[in-house]
Amino acid sequence: MAVSEEPTYTSTSSESMGGSEILRVEDLHTSFFLPIGELQAVRGVSFSLKRGRSLGIVGESGSGKTVLARSIMCLNLGSNVKTSGSAFFDGRDLLALSRREMRRLWGTEIAMIFQDPMTSLNPMVKIGRQVIEHLRQHKNVNRREAKQTALDLLNEVRIPEAESRIDRLPHELSGGMRQRVSIASALACEPSLLFADEPTTALDVTVQHQILNLLSREQRQRNMTMVMVTHDLGVIAGRTDDTLVMYAGKVVEQASTDEIFEKTQHPYTEALMRSIPRTSQASHTPLAAITGRPPVATHLPAGCAFSLRCPYVQPKCHEEDPPLVSIGTSGHKAACWYPVGSDANREAFERNLSDRLPQTLAVAESLDADQSPGIPADLPDGGIA
Amino acid sequence: MSKMIAIRLTRLVVTVIVVSFVTFVGVNVLPGDPVNALIPIDAQQDREFVEQVREEWGLNDPMVVRYGRWLGDAVQGDLGRSLITSQPVTDEIIHRLPITLELMAVAVGFSLLIAVPLGAFAGYREGRRSDRLVSGFAQAGLSLPVFVTGLILIYVFALKLHWFPAVGWNRLSDGLGPNLKSVALPALSLAVTEIAVYTRVLRSDMIATLKENYILSARAKGLTDRFILFRHGLRPSLLTLVTVVGLNIGFLIGGSLVIEYLFAIPGLGKRLFSAIQQRDFMMVQAITILITVFYVVVNTITDLTYMVVDPRIRRTN
Amino acid sequence: MSKPSGGTWAPSVLRRERRGPRNAEQMFPGSSGKSLFGKMSWLTRFCTVWLILVILAAALADLIPGLPDPNYQGFVFGDGKTNEGPTASHWLGTDNVSRDILARLIYGARVSLIFAFSLVTIGIIVGGTLGSIAGYFRGLLETFLMALVDTWLSFPALIGLVFITTMLGMRNLVVLVLVGAVFVWPSYTRIARATALSVSGQDFVTAARAIGTSRKRILVREIFPNVLPALLAYSLVGLPVLIILESTLSFLGLGVEIPTASWGGMINQARQDLLINIWPAVWPAVTLFMTVYSFNNLADWVRTQAAARSAAI
Repeated sequence: MAVSEEPTYTSTSSESMGGSEILRVEDLHTSFFLPIGELQAVRGVSFSLKRGRSLGIVGESGSGKTVLARSIMCLNLGSNVKTSGSAFFDGRDLLALSRREMRRLWGTEIAMIFQDPMTSLNPMVKIGRQVIEHLRQHKNVNRREAKQTALDLLNEVRIPEAESRIDRLPHELSGGMRQRVSIASALACEPSLLFADEPTTALDVTVQHQILNLLSREQRQRNMTMVMVTHDLGVIAGRTDDTLVMYAGKVVEQASTDEIFEKTQHPYTEALMRSIPRTSQASHTPLAAITGRPPVATHLPAGCAFSLRCPYVQPKCHEEDPPLVSIGTSGHKAACWYPVGSDANREAFERNLSDRLPQTLAVAESLDADQSPGIPADLPDGGIA
Repeated sequence: MSKMIAIRLTRLVVTVIVVSFVTFVGVNVLPGDPVNALIPIDAQQDREFVEQVREEWGLNDPMVVRYGRWLGDAVQGDLGRSLITSQPVTDEIIHRLPITLELMAVAVGFSLLIAVPLGAFAGYREGRRSDRLVSGFAQAGLSLPVFVTGLILIYVFALKLHWFPAVGWNRLSDGLGPNLKSVALPALSLAVTEIAVYTRVLRSDMIATLKENYILSARAKGLTDRFILFRHGLRPSLLTLVTVVGLNIGFLIGGSLVIEYLFAIPGLGKRLFSAIQQRDFMMVQAITILITVFYVVVNTITDLTYMVVDPRIRRTN
Repeated sequence: MSKPSGGTWAPSVLRRERRGPRNAEQMFPGSSGKSLFGKMSWLTRFCTVWLILVILAAALADLIPGLPDPNYQGFVFGDGKTNEGPTASHWLGTDNVSRDILARLIYGARVSLIFAFSLVTIGIIVGGTLGSIAGYFRGLLETFLMALVDTWLSFPALIGLVFITTMLGMRNLVVLVLVGAVFVWPSYTRIARATALSVSGQDFVTAARAIGTSRKRILVREIFPNVLPALLAYSLVGLPVLIILESTLSFLGLGVEIPTASWGGMINQARQDLLINIWPAVWPAVTLFMTVYSFNNLADWVRTQAAARSAAI
């Protein structure tokens, strides 16, 4: 199979302006109650998503992005979890629905693709069955129709020799194939909203590209709304319409994907961009990692959660947690007292530099001498991987 | 893989030979001089006569030779004659083996029938009241020795209610109805503990399975709990079932001996018991070796099943 | 307060505010209790008290004031009645040869407990030592020992015990323990060896060797103390099994010899007159069940405590 069989699908905002609002999340909080204490995984997330659009949720491990997706879908297993807030899907608050009502939505209206294709398929059940078993339950199709649908789906996700593969067990397929099967399974009942939770993280780099293209194609053809959760900026670049950046359970920046890259506002997003290695850099250039560590979710600092690692940090950041506010008129929001690109931000940087703050020094070193802080100009917006 | 199986099978054969040899030696060494069982008391003083008998029976030959001779006869179906009844041992064994096997099979079958849904349900409802109830009963079941269970059942259902016979046995060939009546209480006595053991294992198996990612996937597809439990949850447990039954066979063997004693069932266990007490060493030898070989074979099959089935299905490369 | 569940399935009706646990106490009931007793459920507390009672009674049997002789058959001397109900002199009544049931229960406890604890101790000492040596030193010794253990474990225990005890001329407690030891040591050896194997691979053992500690010292001071907890955990489960074993042997008439009281033997003897008087069978059966159950319950509690502690790390 050729490595890139299709061109990359870029999103063009004008085409997918989207219709009505399909998902509106309001002040979602999710906490886990563990023996060591209360772990606040999601701390007040709100956003809205229009039909047909795609949203990327970007964050490190532990930022709460997966928990957020699962909380919206009410898939958090275990009763030591508490979710509050609302998630309106087509006007209905998902969090207020009973289990039976949610079960009617799962698979049919809202579907999810999981991260690890090795373990998200039952190793003892044939893949054909796993693709359409819920189809038979929800829509009462008979065996023959279901089998035909399964074949169609497997062909649609470009699995070769679907006829013979349909009766195989998952371990007989490669990782990329298994993820395709998962995608086929998610699409079987034609959902209107699809969550993709790190769909390519567990796959080889060469396969990632194909899977992402497949997802983009399916999204457009079915006019589906898609939420892509990932830690990799390269996955969302050029593929999603909008982006949410999460840190320590909160949204720190929210904008169209183009604006996130072109007019980065939040220091964390900027740091993420900066840490991506580029082929244009000389070899042995040290990686511009973000200094420090993500905060432990059971012991979050007062004020801004990023304050301990931010190169622009000021006293106010330790005391007050910045709210998510609009900057400009394009719907771009950021949660920072000293957003990137503003004068206050430049002054803060200078102040920290003269105070010889470690993280600020690290940033200064990784920049060219003649460039002011900001994202490197040579970042392509057509996909990085 | 096939190499591992071959190794296991060779080990099986070696173990069977070693185990049967050790049992043979044990049987012939412990009871004292087996000659005394062969000749009447008053003749035991006559040294010459005793020596003569020993020569006749080959008792002066080394143990290995005696074992070899016995083994040679055994594979041809001749297990000697009972010293007490003078009947061929093989006949008696053939007559009694089906009874013991029926007892064990009914006990295991009934236990599985109860334990599989019970264990799965308890695992599904982990931590809730229903799970704690089931686990509590399992714990109690494990704490009851088989003879206590048996006695309670006899007292209530046989002596007081007269629903079942307290002792004795109706063979299957004499009719299914009476046979079922005979096997009910004895099998139930064994089953109580068996159910407790199986339920515990299946419960923890189900709990582990339900934590797997593919269960989450199934849930996200909107499948009902019942569907997920039966079609996705139980499958890995089938393997566990096989191994747990195999591992528990030791208990079954010992337990059926006790049950046959308690209910006066004419099975292999009871015959062994009486044979030991009567110093009928031919009978003891044959039955003990048969039981030990059976035990070894079942254990090996269990091991092999686990080895063959488990990596293929559970391993995610 | 409803008890929480820790499983992977949410409660059957999704509600906005879930009835979940709020802290460690609710997840592992009792783990926040101050004293040892405070951490137990009511059932476990009862079991602990029962066990203490039984052990004390068995140990101090001779010192209990007013306890009748368990072997005294009063009716022979015109001094007592058979199958009697509870009276002032016989709190639980008498059995079918007019012996005091309570006294026999207490002395029977002695037999069962000594049997179980002795075998567990032998298992730990013998099995632990052999297994530790095999697991640490490896080589030919280990291969030979484990082959022996595997073969030994191929014999079904009860059959062997029945056989040997029938052949024995004299069956007192000491002899029984020795015979039991024959069948008990292999499983302890196996566990000890597996644990020793994994412990030997850990860094602190390599470190001890690196500073020149003799292998014998390492065995004693590093290996064995780490093998011990695994053996103790196994023993906790082994105790009830051994008590059941002893009572089964006594029931078959192959335990301690007849006049000596033993729970299994008492039940066997009570069979004859079961329809006349069930109490001589009921009392030992109940005591036996409660003791075994208490050990099982306590073992489970220990296991939960260990789980709670490691979950909090």
